Parts: sequence; C-alpha cells; structure tokens
Amino acid sequence: MKMLFFHLMPYTELPEDFREKNPSIWVDIPSRYFSPGRAHLMYNEFIDELEYAAEVGFDGVCVNEHHSNGYGLMPSPNLIAATLSRLTDKSAICIMGNSLALYNPPTRVAEEMAMIDCMSGGRLIAGFPVGTPMDTAFAYGQNPSTLRARYFEAHDLIMRAWQEEEMFSFNGRFNQLRYVNIWPRPVQKPHPPVWVPGGGSIETWRWCAELDYVYAYLSYYGYKAGRTTMKGFWDLMDELGKDRNPYRAGFLQFVGVAETHKEAMELYKEPAEYFYDRCLHFDPRFANPPGYRTEATIRARVRSQIQSGPSAAQGTARDFDSILDAGYVIAGTPDEVAERLREVATTLNVGHMMMLLQFGNMGRSLTTYNTRLFAEKVMPQLTDLFDDEWEDHWWPTPVAADQRAPIRNPAQ
Amino acid sequence: MSAPTTRYAQVNGEPCRVWEKGAGSTIGFLAGIGGLTAWPPFLDCLAADHRVVAPSLPGFPGGGTLHAEMDGHLDWLLATHDLLDGSDLSGCHLMGVSIGGSLAAEAAASWPGIAKTLTLVSPFGLFDVADPVADIFAQRPGRIRNLMCNNPDNYDSVTSGVADEDELENEVIRTRAHESAARFLWPLGDTGLNKRLPRITQRTHLVWGDSDQVVPLNYARKFEAGIAGDVSTSVIADAGHLAELDQPQAVADAVLEFIGRGN
Repeated sequence: MKMLFFHLMPYTELPEDFREKNPSIWVDIPSRYFSPGRAHLMYNEFIDELEYAAEVGFDGVCVNEHHSNGYGLMPSPNLIAATLSRLTDKSAICIMGNSLALYNPPTRVAEEMAMIDCMSGGRLIAGFPVGTPMDTAFAYGQNPSTLRARYFEAHDLIMRAWQEEEMFSFNGRFNQLRYVNIWPRPVQKPHPPVWVPGGGSIETWRWCAELDYVYAYLSYYGYKAGRTTMKGFWDLMDELGKDRNPYRAGFLQFVGVAETHKEAMELYKEPAEYFYDRCLHFDPRFANPPGYRTEATIRARVRSQIQSGPSAAQGTARDFDSILDAGYVIAGTPDEVAERLREVATTLNVGHMMMLLQFGNMGRSLTTYNTRLFAEKVMPQLTDLFDDEWEDHWWPTPVAADQRAPIRNPAQ
Repeated sequence: MSAPTTRYAQVNGEPCRVWEKGAGSTIGFLAGIGGLTAWPPFLDCLAADHRVVAPSLPGFPGGGTLHAEMDGHLDWLLATHDLLDGSDLSGCHLMGVSIGGSLAAEAAASWPGIAKTLTLVSPFGLFDVADPVADIFAQRPGRIRNLMCNNPDNYDSVTSGVADEDELENEVIRTRAHESAARFLWPLGDTGLNKRLPRITQRTHLVWGDSDQVVPLNYARKFEAGIAGDVSTSVIADAGHLAELDQPQAVADAVLEFIGRGN
C-alpha cells in the first residue's frame, strides 16, 4: 500500500465564533480574518511539514487547489509542488490537482506540470479534478453548465500536448490553438500518472475506468461515509470487466496518532473540532449551481460531495466524540490506528491512502509528532498490504538515481 | 379552464413544445425562469381576447435538450428566432418574462419585423454593480420559489412538474430549466443587451412587480432610457419577479391596455 501525506494548508487562526458570525468559509469568507504576516508563518510551517513527511518515509506528498477558501490556502498547488520538488528527492509529488476548466488555455496546466515533472526528476502525479462548485462556478465564475465539457476538452488537449511528438493544431469547442507545442515536456512517458479526485459521480468512475486512471475519493467524512461510494465504484469496475486492483483507487482519511489512547483523545480533540466546526462550514447556496451535477447523476441519486456528506437533518458531526463515532477522524495509539486503517483499506479496497495528519489548527509540533509516530509505528504495519497480489501501475517512474540532479546544492 | 393545444416547432432539428389557445390577434409569450410545466391562469386572461402562443425555449420544460449545445449569444439568438419563426409568431405582439424577456428584446432588436409590439416583464440582460441583479444561481435548496414570486405557491403551480412524470423526472426537468437559464445568463445576467437596446424601435411596454427581488425596479429606467421606440411602464402592486404569476389579471389588464383589446 502507498501512503501519501496530504496537506490542505488550512488557515489556523479563525476566531472561535467564526461559524456563528459568517455563513461560509468558502467564496464569501471575509478578508479581515486573513493576516498576510501570519500566513507567511503558516505557509513556511506547512511546507516544512510536507518536507518532513517526505523525509520520514511517506511515499508521496500531496497538495490540492482551492480558491477563496479559509481551510485551503493553495489557489496554486503548483507553487507548493515546485517548492517541494527542490526540498524532497524520493517521494512522489502529487498535485491533487489542477481544475482543468479554469485554465485558459489549458496548455498552462500541461506546461506547469511538465516543469514540475522535469524539476522533480519524474516524480509527479497529475491530479485532474473537475473542481468543486465553490472553486469553479463561484470563486472563478465558470459557467457550471459547460464546466464538464470544458474539463473533458482541456483533458484531451493536455494529454495530447504531453504525448504528441510534433506540434499540432487544436480546434476544440472551447479552445482553439493553431500552435500547440509545449516546452518543457514531462519526464515520464507516455505521461505522468493521472489521478482523478471526485465526489461520487458515476460518469467520473466510468471515465477513470475507460482511460485507466486512478479514482481518488476525497471526502472529509471518513471511511464510514466512504463505503457506499467506494462500493459503487467497485461495482461499476466489475460491471466494466476491470480488475479489482486496489491501486485503481485513492482515499483520504484524517488520522491522529499518539503514544496512548488517552493522549490521542486529548491532543486531537481541538484540531478536529476546529476543522469540522469552523472549517467545514459551507453555505449550501454555493453547493449546487445549475448544471454542475449532470442529469445522469441526478437520476442515479448520487449526490455531489457536499451533499453526500451527512444529511442535512443529521448535520455534520462537530464535537470530537461524534467526529470519532462517525469515522471522520481515526485517532488512537499506533496499533489502534494501524488496525483501523487496515480495515479501511481492505473493506474499501484502496491502495493509495492519503493521510491528513495536519488538520484544523494543528501546529507544527503536534503535526510533526503525529507524522513521526505514523511513519515509525503505523506505516510499517501497513506498507506491505496488497503488494503480494497487486502491482501499482499508477505510480511515478522517476529517472534513475544516477541521473538525478543533486538537490539544494547551490555552491556547485 | 380548457387546456391549450400542443404542437412542436423545430429548432436545429429538435422539437420544442408550442402551446396555443384563444383566437384573435396573436400574442407570443416567452416564459421566465423555470419555464412552464402547466398553462398559467395569466395566459388564460390573455386568451379571452387573443390567440396566445407560448413556445418553450431550449432546455425549458417542453423545450428538449438543445441548450446543452448552445455555447454563446449567437446560438441563443438564432434559437429564439427559429423558435418564434417555427411557431408562426412573426409580426406578433411579442411578450417575454425574465430570461424570456431578455431574449424577446434581443429578437426584436435583431429582426424588427418579428414583433409588432414588445412587452417585457422584468427582463434580464443588464447588470449594474451598484444595484446588482440577484444571484439566482446561488440559492439555498428550495429558496428559488421565494425569490421568483411574492407568493411562492404561484411559482410552484406552473413550474413544479409535469403531471404524468414521476418526481425524479420532474426534478430533472426543473434542474434542466435552471441550467438552461445559467447557460445564457451566467454569471451576472449581463448579456450585453444594453448595446442593442437602441435597435429596438417597436412600441414597448415594460412591466415590473413592485417587489421584484431579482431584477430591481430601477432597471426599468435603464430600459426606458436605452430603447429607441416609445416606452411605457406599468408597475404591478403586490407582485414579485414573475409578476404575471402573482397578479395574472392585473398584468393581463396592463398588457391588453397596451396592445389594445382585439388588436
């Protein structure tokens, strides 16, 4: 099994009464809460945490894209990925990812990801999300009715730009380019592995299967809520005659590890409640712009990510006991966490586990502690899972070690 | 209240429903946000003295799914032209509400012969940052009905669904209507119509609900200032954005007064 360290880069100093005083952490979050001076410290701390995760042995480090969002400070994950390409030397760099329909022309994504693949020596995982309604339709003003068509077209353009040997013209519905000829080109051939983060759209599952991409279910609601979605995914793979290779899938899980169970309960209560109370506070008016959900998805009654969380009547769990009961966060001793994660990985049949070990307002020392304990005591218990039976065809293939540039060596 | 007759007009090879009722000079009617899943009382008020023809725009109930192929203003303009033409509405008293109003205005500006007179009820098409049109696409579940009419039941009564469809399919129909509106109006509702208002030379009647929460009443002044033809304005008491649903008789009286009974 592959373990990735996923960072959302949340703003860690939202006031206690944020939920009461504001309708949403996303789209219309007031700028008065943002202190650039504090963000300077946060960004550097977060990058340190990602670098540390790579150092202690995580297979990959993972960043993602959000806009106008108080719990995700990476409008451009590529900037962080580029930084990490210079600070790490072994781990995969997973950009999870770029919302393709937002880039005009989409060749920008092909270029930047190719740069990062070159800079990192072929360690890039290219994540291609459609993007949430909040990011795409509202923060970036894209028409939700054409978003998916633009996404698919951008995908086609990027994949051709990476793979075609000669310059070509692209005459698309939304993009018309006479000269497509990107420099640089990705190290990995025929292209970096493509992972598609999604909420639960059946079209996305089908598309991943057809193109042989990884489907990554990125939910904040943990493994219990994820069962239905992942069962739907695997049922469709069966129907399409695809194997049940767990590396076809990725899954996000919040985790808190401590030496004792009691300590874990004490340490992770506040950051978990910070995240689920203050950060996971969306105004539903931004959740479902017309056309964002396809008619097929409406008919299949598979709701978008926001809506597939806890039902409105039930509400999102916000106190630590409920958060643990609902499975949003797995917390405990290394053995307890390892046992639970083994169960999650096997029942959901997921080979790429994306661990959120910094969440909410967790500071550097606690994040480092959580990361170190996980790497030293949890990871060894899980790392062999699946590997006797399955091969990961969706992992980067970096250049050979003797061909790699030295990192952080400005003097030479 | 008798049902309208139903026929279909071809728009780019796709059939769009055309409802018709009454006799006399012709009033063409393009519905507002949500479209029509039922013939509204307002159109009965008009049909007492006139032939009323209500074609469905692409994506709206009865209007098929051509909206999914429509990417820009020209596509919408031509679809509107073909729909009016295919519904035998050339030279009619053309009336449009909300999104239907913006497209009626576009058609009148582009093909003067298409409308003898023009009636626009709270039309979209302009946007003033100092006095913005409401964001109808960012609404909490179930809230759109409160925005559209003073009495939300009036909105539900003509948009909630087709009688012989199940609830899931009706949800698809309702969602498709909003998606179709978003195709044309996203994100602000500014379609550049302001540039074309001086091309509207027909005698024009503006109708606005006095408590329109979507397109502020002040926008009537902008339309009055921009349209080249003679413009009169009726403000309807106790009516919201889709004024003809809140106050069918009052709006019908204003419309009939404008076009002249029996004309």
